Amino acid sequence: MSAAPNLFEQQARNRRQTAAWVMLFVLFFAWLGFGGDAALYFGSVDQLGQAHYTVPWIGIAVTVAACGVAWYSWVNGPKQVLWSTGAAEIVNPQTFEEKQLVNVVEEMAIAAGVPRPRVYLVPDADPNAFATGHGPGAASIAVTTGLLQGLSREELQGVVGHEMGHIRNFDVRLMTTIAALVGVIVLLSDGMGRMFRGGGGRGAGALLGGRGKKGGAGAIALVIFVLWLVTLILAPLISRLMAMAISRNREYLADATSAELTRNPGGLAAALQKIDASDAPTTSIKSGVAHLCIADPLGRSANLREGRFADLFGTHPPMAKRITILKGMAYQQLKASGQTPIG
Amino acid sequence: MWFPLILIVVVLAWVAMAYNGLIALKNQTVNAWKQIDVQLKRRHDLIPNLVNTVKGSMEFEKDTLQAVIDARSKAMAGGGGGVKGTAAAEGALSGALGKLFVVMEQYPDLKSSQNVRDLQEELSSTENKIAFARQLYNDVATQYNTKQQQFPTNFVAGLAKAQIAELWEIEDQAERAVPQVDLSLKPKPQA
Repeated sequence: MSAAPNLFEQQARNRRQTAAWVMLFVLFFAWLGFGGDAALYFGSVDQLGQAHYTVPWIGIAVTVAACGVAWYSWVNGPKQVLWSTGAAEIVNPQTFEEKQLVNVVEEMAIAAGVPRPRVYLVPDADPNAFATGHGPGAASIAVTTGLLQGLSREELQGVVGHEMGHIRNFDVRLMTTIAALVGVIVLLSDGMGRMFRGGGGRGAGALLGGRGKKGGAGAIALVIFVLWLVTLILAPLISRLMAMAISRNREYLADATSAELTRNPGGLAAALQKIDASDAPTTSIKSGVAHLCIADPLGRSANLREGRFADLFGTHPPMAKRITILKGMAYQQLKASGQTPIG
Repeated sequence: MWFPLILIVVVLAWVAMAYNGLIALKNQTVNAWKQIDVQLKRRHDLIPNLVNTVKGSMEFEKDTLQAVIDARSKAMAGGGGGVKGTAAAEGALSGALGKLFVVMEQYPDLKSSQNVRDLQEELSSTENKIAFARQLYNDVATQYNTKQQQFPTNFVAGLAKAQIAELWEIEDQAERAVPQVDLSLKPKPQA
């Protein structure tokens, strides 16, 4: 990383990386569907060089099933996420804290130039927050009661700005989509694996040795088939790793957006420090929602360290690194405004 | 003989796109300005409530209260019109309100009153909303201004009747300055 990147550069870089990841996801999906067809196609070539398997049934089936399941989880995802955490919508704010929260959300919506999202409160003493929804027009922000009680107004603003960043940068849409895609891949891999262990063994045997075909086409079929099988087995793991990598990048981007909206990176830095200090897990937030939260609700050690392992398995970048970057922004801001930075 | 025709079509398509882009930005700028207006109006509406609530407990601060009331009426009149006039009048109102909030800190009675606390939160939130709406307006207006000046979009700017949008700059020194807290030991009213 270059020394102290500025806010807009960082956003641009994160966007490019995310686009690359999404492309990879789509390619992976296509391979999972049509790779099997390719193996069958080359496997069905007979002595005359005529292929008997011409319609890519697996690809078509995978595409249709994936679209159906993905559409269903896309529509119902945000509702399920909110329901699973026991979040209750604040319609008429009663207490002072609730009024303040709704005000802060309204302020950040104005700063971001998006309609005000719905506000939810999760009954949990551990400070945490997340955003979900289908895009800037239909989004929700949820914070825990612990966050509301433990943070100052400025810090709350930083956290809400972070979540508003997730909404304005279309992260919530991307995350809802990815959650749906990962779900489909896991389901597919499971279903196909079962098929192969059952009646499929016969089919594979016929594919590889059956028709007494010669040389080239058979070898290609074997290689493609083995590769395809390996991907199918590894698919759930790989797709989860991909989702996590996208999630990590997006956290830095949302931090940067929060700083852009509030023009006060110090507020979010202070909030992250407080959230980090309370190391108890957020019990009401399940692991399936973890990648949406401002801080890992499970307090997993993978998110604490930097390095290969943490880079692969954490849903969140290390807190210390996020705080350092934010403090760097605050320092630059002070310098730019001509004041002497302190501390 | 096809070449000139294709060229004309491409140029026309570009003109249409540039024109639409400018119009979209223009409307965004107008809309961002309306957002500020909504919040300014809300602030004007909230101030009488606050003044009436604190009036009784703040007998000794008539000047501060009067300054807020005066600044409000000036701001409601528009402060001489235009972005600059509005910005100056609203800036003065922000300054007067800031002073009032600082003075209110000295009255424990007021600070502990739930009603005052709610009103104060409402007003400071409105202040923030004004600031954020202004921030958004300045961002969108800058984008609009840059676009209509940039080559080659500047050729279409006349067609789209694009004009440079005035930015909302903080004119008032009082708003920029950090509020001064009076720490001298003047006799404080026992409320």
